[in-house]
Amino acid sequence: MRIKSALAAAAVLTLAAACGGGGGESSSSPGAPVKLDFLSLAWQKESVAANKQIVDEWNKANPGIQVTYVQGSWDNVNDQLVTQFAGGTAPDVIHNDSPALAGFASDGYLLDLGAKLPAELKSDIPQTAWDTVTFDGGKGEQGVYGVPFLQESQVIIANKKLLDDSGVRVPAAGDPWTWDEFSAAAKKMTKGGTFGVAWPMKSPVNKTLNLALNFGGTFFQTAGGKTTVKVGPEEREVLQRIHDQLYKDKSADPAALGQGTADPLPAFYKGKFALLPTGVYLRQQVAEQAPDGFEWVTLPAPKGTSAQQGAVSQTLSIAQESEHPDEAMKFISFFLNGANQAKLAKGDWLLPTSQTAAADPAMTTKENGWDVATASAKDLVVAPFLKVNGFDEWKSKVATPALQEYFADKITLDQAATKLVEDGNKVLERYQR
Amino acid sequence: MKRVSQYVALVAYVVFLAFPLLWLLSTALKTPQEMALTEPTWIPREPTLANFTDAFGEQDLVGAAARSLVVALFASVITVVISLPASYAMARYRGLVNKIAIGWVLVSQVFPFILIIIPLFMILRDLDLVNTLPGLVVVHVTFTLPFALWMLQGYVRAVPPELEEAASVDGASRLRSIVSVVAPLLAPGVVATLLFSFISSWNEFMFALVILQDPDVMTLPLTLVRFTGPEGVARLGPLAAASLMATIPSLIFFAIIQRRLKSGLMAGAVKG
Repeated sequence: MRIKSALAAAAVLTLAAACGGGGGESSSSPGAPVKLDFLSLAWQKESVAANKQIVDEWNKANPGIQVTYVQGSWDNVNDQLVTQFAGGTAPDVIHNDSPALAGFASDGYLLDLGAKLPAELKSDIPQTAWDTVTFDGGKGEQGVYGVPFLQESQVIIANKKLLDDSGVRVPAAGDPWTWDEFSAAAKKMTKGGTFGVAWPMKSPVNKTLNLALNFGGTFFQTAGGKTTVKVGPEEREVLQRIHDQLYKDKSADPAALGQGTADPLPAFYKGKFALLPTGVYLRQQVAEQAPDGFEWVTLPAPKGTSAQQGAVSQTLSIAQESEHPDEAMKFISFFLNGANQAKLAKGDWLLPTSQTAAADPAMTTKENGWDVATASAKDLVVAPFLKVNGFDEWKSKVATPALQEYFADKITLDQAATKLVEDGNKVLERYQR
Repeated sequence: MKRVSQYVALVAYVVFLAFPLLWLLSTALKTPQEMALTEPTWIPREPTLANFTDAFGEQDLVGAAARSLVVALFASVITVVISLPASYAMARYRGLVNKIAIGWVLVSQVFPFILIIIPLFMILRDLDLVNTLPGLVVVHVTFTLPFALWMLQGYVRAVPPELEEAASVDGASRLRSIVSVVAPLLAPGVVATLLFSFISSWNEFMFALVILQDPDVMTLPLTLVRFTGPEGVARLGPLAAASLMATIPSLIFFAIIQRRLKSGLMAGAVKG
């Protein structure tokens, strides 16, 4: 009975204590430090540690501006933010990715940072990265709604033994395979139950759209203020080439087709296939999981008429309703300085936008393919879909099923193109009324 | 022979039920290399506690579990306290208001919660309950209550009115017959409702995500999700270790109260 009473009392006390736990408030009493909430989406061990370390350093050096580190989750952050923006309780500093910013910016929830950006931060990040965070703020004027700091490029992770045994030319940063060479190499590596390549296509849209830029494929065109979908020869090139590897050359492992990004890794370690085209961040899992003695290398993505790839950025933004936007900007400037961006990029195995960070020895070492990964950043341009209003719905309702069916060889490229254009335009039209 | 087949079926069912938990345990004890094998192993070749060390070292799992426990206990008890008399009224009194109430309970189950999350958030904000555990308890009670009412109403209907009439003949007032006759017979229903409410609250993620913002008040589901990244990529080892620990309090809660989860109390109660 005593135990029950004690538990009940403890529960009441805990609940009562929590009543006063309102966060997100900004101190306004004179002399009290300004309090900022920083919603971070870092999730890898090293990345979380880097985030916490930088926040701790800031808090120690700036007793007048104290930052509370709040960890969020990529899968739910936009649901969370929609509610918190509407309720007026959003964090001051928000980590997100650039595709999500357009909607929040046009709804007036994010602050235009254009006039607040320190010159040093602005000049350290190339214009192509700033382009990923420049949107219409809902009043017809372009604004900068975030600071871009991490980007992802596509590379090829290769089984070194199978690559060496095949005798094909090993591509290097600045001298990638052409798509023809890539297809030929994959064919050469296909033998004795081993496939040359694996294309996990559970989520095919971003990957294929980013690579389509190799041949100038943009998938969207804007004329007279109206955006429509287009699937011409440029857009079809990469789609057709991947399909050929699967069904014509039979050099792509069909087992990987329905898998998510990281799912083919066990088969990769087992030597079931030699090449895995993927985002740079997957190197982290390979480095962590690969069995002892398994050697792997990072190769640049193939090039078509150019090596360009579409890119989005991870970003830090300031909520429009933040009571301390200047202090929040100071914190962002510190958080994303060159040295800190290098730490963050290393923790997340992504590419820093800061040119100072990109020159950091940790970003250019050959170990774990950092030299190839970092070099690929120069090929990144704004993903054409980034500023298309209605892209998310087009992606989930039209493009994902159409491309999945095409890569499963259930429909032809013409049929896929028809779906992407006709069904897609119906979706986009609703967003442009 | 029949008994043997019954035992075989029972064992198969237990294995089926226990599989996720055992797999979670196995995964929690594996190294990253072993998790990436094409032929998964049941018993880790080189068992490691590193995943538990990482999970507990990186996140305040104990604090989050304590907060989840407090919220789930309060939410489940309040749900039962409210739904017990309400379900009695719904089951015993027939009238227009009653029909409307039952209809409303059913309709409330149809609403996707994402539709009401913003208005609900505004209400909680005006009541100064955002970012507090009492606010989360209120929301959990609100959303568990309709189904709890529906569940308990079924149990009340199963209690023969004749028992209350017999008590009345013996001079018991309506209140006395409810307290002394009906309530004890509803014990299994109350326990089932309590369990349902507890588990619903313990596992609830979306409302907690929206309402709780301060790291110091976050519940367990919000803490577990920190081991996951975009597009389904996750840190499987620490996630499995943390998830395993997260199941333990609800298992203990179930073990404590499952003894009362028995039926057949009323067998033969109204035989002539």
